[in-house]
Amino acid sequence: MSSQHHPITEADLHAYVDGQLTPERQREFEAYLGNRPDEAQRVQELRAQKRELRALFDPVLDEALPGRLLRAARPRPAWHQQRWVASLAIALVSGSAGWGLHTVFPPALAPPLAQQAPTSAFAQRAAVAHAVYSPELRRPVEVDAAHEDQLVTWLSKRMGAPMKPPRLQTVGYELEGGRLLPGGQGPVAQFMYRSIEAGGGRLTLYVSNEIGGPSTAAGVSKPASVNAETAFRFAQQGSVKVFYWVDGAFGYAIAADADRAALARVSSEVYRQLGSAATTN
Amino acid sequence: MHDDQQLLTWLPRLRRYARALAGNRDDADDLVQDTLERAWSRSGLWRGVADMRAWLFAIMHNLHVDGVRRPRPQTVDQDEDFLEFASPPTQGERLDVLDLQAALDLLPIEQKEILLLVALEDMAYADVAATLGIPIGTVMSRLSRGRERLRALMEGRARPVRLKVVK
Repeated sequence: MSSQHHPITEADLHAYVDGQLTPERQREFEAYLGNRPDEAQRVQELRAQKRELRALFDPVLDEALPGRLLRAARPRPAWHQQRWVASLAIALVSGSAGWGLHTVFPPALAPPLAQQAPTSAFAQRAAVAHAVYSPELRRPVEVDAAHEDQLVTWLSKRMGAPMKPPRLQTVGYELEGGRLLPGGQGPVAQFMYRSIEAGGGRLTLYVSNEIGGPSTAAGVSKPASVNAETAFRFAQQGSVKVFYWVDGAFGYAIAADADRAALARVSSEVYRQLGSAATTN
Repeated sequence: MHDDQQLLTWLPRLRRYARALAGNRDDADDLVQDTLERAWSRSGLWRGVADMRAWLFAIMHNLHVDGVRRPRPQTVDQDEDFLEFASPPTQGERLDVLDLQAALDLLPIEQKEILLLVALEDMAYADVAATLGIPIGTVMSRLSRGRERLRALMEGRARPVRLKVVK
């Protein structure tokens, strides 16, 4: 089980399989292998395993690269250069008028899931808020993105927890600003985004802290256990679609008059950014 | 190489590794996208990076480990025509291949990462150690255990390898 100088080890066997031995050591190992058919067999099997893994995943190398990854890999262009790649093709229906509150979510609209009554009411409020503010030409927001610092400070203070708007350029939206709204029991933050695509519609992110457990108007250090996470849920009325979910003490709703898959992508992106903010900050 | 184009050149390999790591296309590409974004956000450091591949794969490793701790929620929906989320390949002629993927998914992440970096990237053990921030001895022992386990899982093929249930 040993050569003259160094005993042959398990590590040598793997390094042999992977071609990472020095030529000298490789000769030693091959000599060792000569008397050990079972070890030689293992070498064959491990090589076969490697080949199978390559066969399984190498085809990925030849796949067409998704546009969103190409965009993410390229140097950041100015936003007006990005228009042509903003493939989200948001239906621009924000065509203002026509939106009466009652048309957004008629009373008859059943909550998506019966036991989710509180969150579906929350989703309805988010949809109403979207319908009310997104057609605004002059005052879609109270504080615009040019004053993002003030916006963050203000909303964070009123919401009792850090309120940093996610970056959504990679999924086709730019922050316009935000505002504070009355929720069921307390303040709610609404962030407004505009599609990067020329003429594209708006999207709102609605954040409430009155979803999880006791009404948490302030403090909110680690309420994550108060309320389990829920799945993404989806509701729609007319052309306004809402993705919403609960994460810790907060409820989040994304509303837009947009393609549903695009909205799902935005939701995933928001969820991810909020999660990484929570774990890294 | 033009500095600002270099992420493009790594993109196919990042995708390959991510696909093996995440197991499905959407999650894998999400992981790649996050990796690219983080890499850009630290582009000021590129000049000092000796081994861009190790650096990028290290970013992906960190993101993936974080992501595993915090899985993305499933979408619950009333309608059917919903998202084009993961659509697992159907079984049939690719049964063996599926077995390998399923077996891979059963490996502990620490073993799986090392096994994949070595198998797919042909990465030198020292580079694997640097990428993952662990001692080389740990790389070797995990590689050994991971390969052995994968082999055992594959040999147990007669017994049903637990494939993900596809409706």
